[in-house]
Amino acid sequence: MSLTVTTVAARWRQETAARRRRGLGWVALFAAATLVAAKLGEVDLARLMEGLPRAGDYIHRTIPVLRWDSLGADLAEWMWGFDIWAEMLLDTVLIAYTGTVLGGTAALLLSFPAAVTFAPSWAVSVSRRVLEFARTVPTLVFALIFVYAFGLGPFAGVLAIALHTMGALGKLFAEVHENADPRSVEAVRAAGGSWAEGMRFGVLPQSLPGVLSFGLLRLEINVREASVLGLVGAGGIGEELYLAVRQFEYPDISAIIVLILLTVAVIDQLCARLRHRILGAEALRVA
Amino acid sequence: MSLSRTHLLFMGGSLLLLVGLWRVDASPTRIWEGLGKLGWLVALMWPPTPGAYLQDLLLALAETVAMAFLGTLLAAAIALPICFLGAGNVVGNALLRFTVRRSYDGLRGIDSLVWALIFVSAVGMGPFAGILALAVPDIGLLAKVFSEAIEGAERRQVEGVRASGGSRLQAIRFGLIPQAAPVMLSQILYTFESNTRSATILGVVGAGGIGLALGDRIRLNDWDEAAFIILLILVTVAAIDWASRRIRLRLIRA
Repeated sequence: MSLTVTTVAARWRQETAARRRRGLGWVALFAAATLVAAKLGEVDLARLMEGLPRAGDYIHRTIPVLRWDSLGADLAEWMWGFDIWAEMLLDTVLIAYTGTVLGGTAALLLSFPAAVTFAPSWAVSVSRRVLEFARTVPTLVFALIFVYAFGLGPFAGVLAIALHTMGALGKLFAEVHENADPRSVEAVRAAGGSWAEGMRFGVLPQSLPGVLSFGLLRLEINVREASVLGLVGAGGIGEELYLAVRQFEYPDISAIIVLILLTVAVIDQLCARLRHRILGAEALRVA
Repeated sequence: MSLSRTHLLFMGGSLLLLVGLWRVDASPTRIWEGLGKLGWLVALMWPPTPGAYLQDLLLALAETVAMAFLGTLLAAAIALPICFLGAGNVVGNALLRFTVRRSYDGLRGIDSLVWALIFVSAVGMGPFAGILALAVPDIGLLAKVFSEAIEGAERRQVEGVRASGGSRLQAIRFGLIPQAAPVMLSQILYTFESNTRSATILGVVGAGGIGLALGDRIRLNDWDEAAFIILLILVTVAAIDWASRRIRLRLIRA
């Protein structure tokens, strides 16, 4: 009996020591990575300590003067450009919407050949590579290229968002299709339907709630993305923000950022509500 | 009835799309001319070449990954202590919790590129501005998911530590953190992945990394070099994704 206890205890100590060694190895690796990164990123603790207050000071300067007794007037002064900004924000949302719908449509078309369960393997690999490319290149890189090809303005932004959205959504849509019940496709095919008809009447009705829900999620992301496209001249509120930062109009910076935040929050709420309704309707249908 | 409402929704959506296309001035001639120019650009991009700058580009790429790493680290280091303020089972006061959570959302609502623009103007050009720009929205994100991880933890283990005489701090250390740590670590890795993607473009506004080189090449019409940089970015992002996914899988299984 005592022998077993000693063996177990020894074994336990051994295991603990091994775990400690492994843990130390990871810590050492992590420390080395941090040091190398700090060297490459030109950062050390002194620089960080010096830079953080400066960043704090900058942010402090953007905070507008708002007093209780003259709140209305102060607010009006802070939001002096509200009319222009509101119009540009609407543009931003419109860019995001147009890009999402165009990209989502392209994604839907490409998602059927990308679904492993329904398409031949060559079609799957071709369409997946296309989607992968479109999703890995950042929206802003597309925007830079399109601004050059299509000229400055929101059209380049719409295209950039559409292309990136196609890549991101196409993969998700394909995964939704793969979860669909294949029997309804077989039924359509058995009744003499073509492959496309099988997809349209067999798969799409099953995956539509998922497709719409992912599309709405993407719209939320795209509103955020559209708000920065202006930095490279591709339209939207980002252009005003860029000007404000470059000309050191501190209160304008905070005013525009607050407006962007409000817009993003409103769109998020709206999309969340729509998504719940779509998914709720789906739950009802299943029951 | 429900059919007509679906139709109305569909028509409204299509109308909004047309308004959008009109507003962004998407005329067929413009699209046609732009496509022609785009084809010409793609022809110019082939073959992608690093020019004489392969070493500089690789260094810039390493700087990008370093920015992503340090940005994630900074965000995690700040998010870890403040996440307890947003967790319902640590902070009882609902009003405080609500305020804290809304501020997390606020940090997340602004894209890191906007922060980059601001920090370049505040602390000067270079990777340091990029690190700060990556960290700020991530603080909001990580603090939020950390507090959710803590809320999802079992209560009984905390009570166990308290019952055997542990302090409140010890209850958090030995009762909560061991449960929440794997979720947190995997979320940090995920943030690192997404930061690598974001970091590649921060240079466009002067915040360090490979984006600076890419922006320059596009402005100077060096399309073959720009194409090479884009390929370099794709390979790096894919490599980081692969490595991080493997580590995350191991963390979840352990």
